[in-house]
Amino acid sequence: MSVKVGSPALDRQDGVGIPMKAFAALALVGLLAAPFVFYPVLLMSMLCFALFACAFNLLIGYVGLLSFGHATFFGGAAYFTAHAVKVWGWDPLAGLLLGVLGAAALGLLVGFLAIRRQGIYFAMITLALGQMFAFICLQVPFTHGEDGIQGVPRGHLLGLIDLNDPIAMYYVTLAVFLFGFFAVWRIVNSPFGNILKAIRENERRAISLGYRVDRYKLGAFVMSAALAGLAGGTKAIVFQFATLTDVQWQMSGEVILMTLLGGIGTLIGPVVGAAFVIALQNYLASSDFPVTVLIGIIFVVCVLLFRRGIAGEVMELLKRRQSKQV
Amino acid sequence: MSTIFGIPAPALYGQILIGLINGSFYALLSLGLAVIFGLLRVINFAHGAQYMLGAFAAYGLLSYAGIDYWPSLVLAPLIVGAVAMAIERTMLSRLYGLDPLYGLLLTFGLALIFEGAFRYWFGTSGKPYSPPAQLTGAVNLGFMFLPIYRGWVVIASLVICLGTWLLIEKTRLGSYLRAATENATLVQAFGVNVPRLLTLTYGLGAALAALAGVLAAPIYQVSPLMGSNLIIIVFAVVVVGGMGSILGAIITGYVLGVLEGLTKVFYAEASSIVIFVVMAIVLLVRPAGLFGREA
Repeated sequence: MSVKVGSPALDRQDGVGIPMKAFAALALVGLLAAPFVFYPVLLMSMLCFALFACAFNLLIGYVGLLSFGHATFFGGAAYFTAHAVKVWGWDPLAGLLLGVLGAAALGLLVGFLAIRRQGIYFAMITLALGQMFAFICLQVPFTHGEDGIQGVPRGHLLGLIDLNDPIAMYYVTLAVFLFGFFAVWRIVNSPFGNILKAIRENERRAISLGYRVDRYKLGAFVMSAALAGLAGGTKAIVFQFATLTDVQWQMSGEVILMTLLGGIGTLIGPVVGAAFVIALQNYLASSDFPVTVLIGIIFVVCVLLFRRGIAGEVMELLKRRQSKQV
Repeated sequence: MSTIFGIPAPALYGQILIGLINGSFYALLSLGLAVIFGLLRVINFAHGAQYMLGAFAAYGLLSYAGIDYWPSLVLAPLIVGAVAMAIERTMLSRLYGLDPLYGLLLTFGLALIFEGAFRYWFGTSGKPYSPPAQLTGAVNLGFMFLPIYRGWVVIASLVICLGTWLLIEKTRLGSYLRAATENATLVQAFGVNVPRLLTLTYGLGAALAALAGVLAAPIYQVSPLMGSNLIIIVFAVVVVGGMGSILGAIITGYVLGVLEGLTKVFYAEASSIVIFVVMAIVLLVRPAGLFGREA
């Protein structure tokens, strides 16, 4: 049995219509101007997590697989990139590339095991393997255990762009995010993506049509892991550290929340969800209110009251209004 | 001093005992998960939180009401079971018929709420809870000293597991439960109140977790995070055992607990991951789990 999460109707919104183009242009202008209005580090954090959530959404939204261990790829890549840049003195871009490749390799390993079971078991297996990876990170020497890798130099991108300048760092992060977002869009709207959606809707039928669904699932898993790694590696350079926080199950839970809150199976949803959660955490950081409780409450409310998420509900609203006018 | 495989015998026995104790908790928790999943088709992520709530209920009864260990052994599961049944009635029951992943996400959110709230009130450091006077001290078994409380935990958990198994396999209530697992609609047509059965089952599963929490309180400290790391290991245990059989869940729990203990003796660095490694191997060889049926 395949697991249906996103509603098929939502996918039709993914095609680029004229209002969508206008919206995209507006959003791009907003993103370009943002660092002059808001605190750049907060924005960069949002972009990294937005990319992470988009990568996660590729699996849950378009293949119907709930991974509870995506922190492995995010945090793992952060370690790889941080180590390459700090200890080996690599160029940030080369470090990022190593992070992505490392995350993809981890994704191949975890995915190979996890796709042997479906639905709820898939979630439990990815969670358990993620926990195993976190234990390994605690023990191997290069991650420096509880301390993590601190003081990662931002360096010069390709030896040219000084990333110590927050504005330059912001635009590089934005470029990485746009690249990742475009990659997800391309994957979802490719023939490959259509087969993924077919597997999500009816796995047995896809098998009977002659598709080797396991290969497609594994392919999607590795792509999702690689993109999560891109987000994690970027985060390591932006914040100049990589720690255990990024590989633990709480992080896997957070990315699920961002995607669920924003809208599973929508392209823009994970971005909205990530921005919302990061803004909330930033807002609550100075207060004494326990963030975990609030995250838990949002989870419960989302699951019980609006399973389509913010973007999903807005699209549903627009669609209903449109059909009324017609 | 005698040695086995070059390891001093007392160290070996000691680790096997610790393994048996951990295994007791794995068995109790995976048993509750299997019971809940069998009927509700929900993976109860809040199981670890309910285990923690059980320990805190015992701690609270002792510190605020002066009620000691023995009554707590009954009262704490009743309290947690009641809370769980309220949760099932008000929230979980709305999700039946939807994708089972939503049940997982809901209970995950609940676990975060409980853990976050208790961490806010009690901090992350553990609260001590002393074992009852009757069970303190140790007994010399000839080959090792056995702390009486630890021996009690192993025996008590065996009895509880066996009792639950008998309840499900041999009683009328258990037969309703098994029948509803097979075909809920048909059982409802025969006049059994299935929604009430679902509520009771969730309460029973949570009560088992709480009972494990009370048993654990004197061994591990009572802390808000005691359940969250445990539950992930229990998930791996459940994947290894497969959720098809109650007895399978119990046996897998004990065996993996002892295996973890033995790993501590022979290669301590791997002890925290050995259960996950076993899970990976089982997935490669027998994806449905050792006792599972291919769905």
